[in-house]
Amino acid sequence: MARMKFICDAERCIECNGCVTACKNEHEVPWGVNRRRVVTINDGVPGERSMSVACMHCSDAPCMAVCPVDCFYRTDEGVVLHDKDLCIGCGYCFYACPFGAPQFPQAGAFGLRGKMDKCTFCAGGPEKNASEDEFRKYGRNRLAEGKLPLCAEVCSTKALLGGDADVLADIYRQRVTTRGKGADIWGWSTAYGKPDAPAQQPDAGGKS
Amino acid sequence: MTLTRKSASAPRGASRLARAVSAAAPRTMDRRTFLKRSGMTAGAGAFASALPFSMVERARAADAPAAGGKVEIKRTICTHCSVGCAIDAEVMNGVWVGQEPVFDSPINMGAHCAKGASIREHGHGEHRLRYPMKLVDGKWVRMSWDDALTELSARLLKLREESGPDSVYWIGSSKHSNEQAYLMRKFVSMWGTNNCDHQARICHSTTVAGVANTWGYGAMTNSYNDMQNSKAILFMGSNAAEAHPVSLLHILHAKENGAKIVVADPRFTRTAAKADHFVRIRSGSDIAILYGVMRHIFENGWEDKQYIEDRVYGMDKIRDEAMKWTPEKVEEVSGVPDDQVKLIAETMAKNKPSTVVWCMGQTQHTTGNAIVRMMCNLQLALGNVGVSGGGTNIFRGHDNVQGATDVGPNPDSLPGYYGIATGSWKHWANVWGVDYEWLKGRFASQALMEKSGITVSRWIDGVTEKNEFIDQDPNLRAVVFWGHAPNSQTRGKDMLEAMKALDTLVVIDPYPSATAAMAASGRKDGVYLLPAATQFECEGSCTASNRSIQWREKVIEPLWESKPDHTIMYLFAQKFGFADEFTKNVKVTNNEPDIADVLREINRGTWTIGYSGQSPERLKAHMRNMQVFDPKTLRAKGGIDKETGYQLDGEYFGLPWPCYGTPEMKHPGTPNLYDTSKHVMDGGGNFRANFGVEKDGVSLLANDGSASKGADLQFGYPEFDHVLLKKLGWWDELTDDEKKKAEGKNWKTDSSGGIIRVAMKEHGCHPFGNAKARAVVWNFPDSVPLHREPLFSPRADLVAKYPTHDDKKAFWRLPTLYKSVQDQFANVGKDYPLIMTSGRLVEYEGGGDETRSNPWLAELQQDMFVEINPRAANDRGIRDKDMVWVKSPTGAQIKVMAMVTERVGADTVFLPFHFAGHWMGKDLIDSYPEGAAPVVRGEAVNTATTYGYDSVTMMQETKTTVCQIVKA
Repeated sequence: MARMKFICDAERCIECNGCVTACKNEHEVPWGVNRRRVVTINDGVPGERSMSVACMHCSDAPCMAVCPVDCFYRTDEGVVLHDKDLCIGCGYCFYACPFGAPQFPQAGAFGLRGKMDKCTFCAGGPEKNASEDEFRKYGRNRLAEGKLPLCAEVCSTKALLGGDADVLADIYRQRVTTRGKGADIWGWSTAYGKPDAPAQQPDAGGKS
Repeated sequence: MTLTRKSASAPRGASRLARAVSAAAPRTMDRRTFLKRSGMTAGAGAFASALPFSMVERARAADAPAAGGKVEIKRTICTHCSVGCAIDAEVMNGVWVGQEPVFDSPINMGAHCAKGASIREHGHGEHRLRYPMKLVDGKWVRMSWDDALTELSARLLKLREESGPDSVYWIGSSKHSNEQAYLMRKFVSMWGTNNCDHQARICHSTTVAGVANTWGYGAMTNSYNDMQNSKAILFMGSNAAEAHPVSLLHILHAKENGAKIVVADPRFTRTAAKADHFVRIRSGSDIAILYGVMRHIFENGWEDKQYIEDRVYGMDKIRDEAMKWTPEKVEEVSGVPDDQVKLIAETMAKNKPSTVVWCMGQTQHTTGNAIVRMMCNLQLALGNVGVSGGGTNIFRGHDNVQGATDVGPNPDSLPGYYGIATGSWKHWANVWGVDYEWLKGRFASQALMEKSGITVSRWIDGVTEKNEFIDQDPNLRAVVFWGHAPNSQTRGKDMLEAMKALDTLVVIDPYPSATAAMAASGRKDGVYLLPAATQFECEGSCTASNRSIQWREKVIEPLWESKPDHTIMYLFAQKFGFADEFTKNVKVTNNEPDIADVLREINRGTWTIGYSGQSPERLKAHMRNMQVFDPKTLRAKGGIDKETGYQLDGEYFGLPWPCYGTPEMKHPGTPNLYDTSKHVMDGGGNFRANFGVEKDGVSLLANDGSASKGADLQFGYPEFDHVLLKKLGWWDELTDDEKKKAEGKNWKTDSSGGIIRVAMKEHGCHPFGNAKARAVVWNFPDSVPLHREPLFSPRADLVAKYPTHDDKKAFWRLPTLYKSVQDQFANVGKDYPLIMTSGRLVEYEGGGDETRSNPWLAELQQDMFVEINPRAANDRGIRDKDMVWVKSPTGAQIKVMAMVTERVGADTVFLPFHFAGHWMGKDLIDSYPEGAAPVVRGEAVNTATTYGYDSVTMMQETKTTVCQIVKA
């Protein structure tokens, strides 16, 4: 069984926001709700790096652990989804999430006022696959159509990849081998040391 | 407890993923598996119900029971830049309900930036201009098409009667398809004027003129794809990561394979963030730096001496000038220390093939034509032109700005760069099937027929300049904005006055555009808006920056009451009385000229640049079979089109022009220009013999042994005509029919294509001859490029050392000032000490009316801003996100948000140019037709830009002017 993951290659991400508008387009996400966003550090100075962030579909998801009504569930492919009919919009998942993935629409689409909304890995929700109800609450279910998340499929530089973690790992490993390094934005050198100073140094800033 | 659900009922697309990231890898994917897995497995019914709800409701509501909810796929091309990304549009009951990436496209392999990924919003069109309107007593009033056409054509004909055809100015569009752009030039010609232009004037006109005059054609020599083969890439005046994001797909691939990337720019751009080296330069100092680079190259003997000897004319003069640019001088002008200049030189020289990329950062200067020639000279010195991985990769702007330049409404040329001399008109009259004398009769005089028209950068002066100073009889009295924003042109303050002075102002556009709002803010009447369809509402071809031509299928019917541009042209042609001449060779159905017929007519006329081989049938076969083209070479390996049996093997994707001769000759297109390592029938070539055979006793033809592979003439030779063919004894290889048409003609005017066929196919020779590139362009004001300070420079000391040109009296029909403006503003830096420059954001395109009307994009950039360095901000008491006034020496001032960032140096500020809809602090929302204002509005930077035009092409200076900033 595939284990679905996103990975964003910060050496390639150019902050073009293609992933963001692809998501808006595919799911008709309303103004103000951002299931995916691009985060940039060191903006405008050498060392500038960007990364596209959405729900990471954690294996041990904090949102799922803290939800008072237990509305979260995980699919066989490891996609973390939630049931908007159960969600009470308390926002506790928002406290728990390390990535700021949960969104809280003011009104309108994606369920009633205040229901939490987040990236579904283009896998819909508990309703019948590809049903209208599912679309209204969660957006299009591409996985059921045999497609992958549109954000990753259209990424301008193939920085954002989404799919079976094993396949992603192969692709990314190949890139790291070719380049001779990973992406420092994630703390590559924190984990493995810098080429010129291989010893691992804990970095207070969490980045190097 | 963790719930699980939805066990795999469909494959999870692992191969789709592999496909998506295959980028440059050889295509080893199993196509059949891919197709099987790529989507429709859930069944059409389930698929239909999964559609976006707002559009689903529309799709269901559509009265089309026959379609039965079937989803059709229409292949189209993104309209937002020149990369040419393919899109599969999903259409149900005539409603655009989804968009899918086209992994097969060798150009973008499914990739999109924010604009491409949101292209489906065009199917919503909520902010579009919905029906014809006119301004009555300051209010927008709806009209019927019939009334609008009748009333408007009567007004225009009256002006023609009173003041002659040159009193109307037609601004065409680089967003028109090739066919529409071509029809536009034809339409304007039959109206009787050369007063037409389009975005290329203010985008890459200096490139087109400078580069064509250097070696033959004024276009990107290689391709985005070919940059995968580069070992070093110099970006100078290009922010590709924002302006051409999908090009980075190829560029980052090159980088990961070891290519060195250098960005030289006044601003630390997002492209710079991906570079190995960033060199901060003073805006407008490119020539000084490039001479510094070349001095290092010559001093170290890094130039390609054999190449220069064989294929370049005049490099010694460039060398002489380069030697004058000592490290001190270069640094004084550009602010770049010598070690960084050397780093550029060394990177380019020691990592070959190396390529250069430039965009509007270099073109939009009073010295643009000279700057771009320096880039060419750098590449010629290094022997990088005509080489895979090398070349000058000039990224064009709009999706079809290359095509509109090639065959569209240019004031100085008929389609195919034929010019506007008597012979040029006769050639095209012949192609159009009209009588030359009739055509001549449409113009005020033969003199005006053969005089270049006013440029779009200067139409405002055509209106307001004193009549005795302009080089045509009337002033402009009407302007038609046919797919062109006003806020992309400089001197917005003067433009408003020109708009007020016009008799009639017309906007033909999918959006009312800032033109409507500006006009309504200053006028009470005499303004008309006609809704045009977008490129998704009609079919046609477009030319990407790499010269590949792609065919768009029609995705949806025109929204609201809009009509395709070519239909509108035909309707006007009827009113003006030349509809029959206009479409002599073209079938017309319901007032819509047949686009494929138009392309066939283009094919029959544009021999010069090889737009002759790309028949609609060939282009469509390419679009259906994208998978057979290799992303690294763009070349098809095998491949037979199922529908027609057409063999694609050996052709380059989109038949990049020049694709010489007739479609039947099956020229494969040219992936890299001037490449002597290939046979001309394999896309090879050499520099063009377009400037005579000798200059001052020196031969301009290529040296012996330097010719394209397999050519029967392995030396330099002039262009082919009937005389040369006879001299060579090849005349009898023409058929009898070809002989009849070729007699007395040259390769450009022989309507049989026979001369081209014999030269290329039978003898492997280039029809345009084989000459040297010109490092010295003796017909330009600065034959050897010289650094000259901009008209508005904060550095009075440099103005004194590097003054601009003298004023010109009649230049593109208008007096054009250089020295007098520079002298007047020599000390402008005292009160306006900041260099003001402008550029793009990834979310928006051009004037931005279209993209700012798309909520998915507009949400990402909601405020017009100015980037200002912390040092400059602190000195002015400005903090991040403060509102500030940007003040121009013209007296204009714009109110924008401050973004305090080290992206810019302390002496420079940057503003994006896509905003409009605010005017010096006031929101013009009430001046738009109701509901048609863009979602996001803001000040246009060009409200505050200043005077200044290129000395060859009348390109506007946008990149280097001055301002002062104060807290609002």
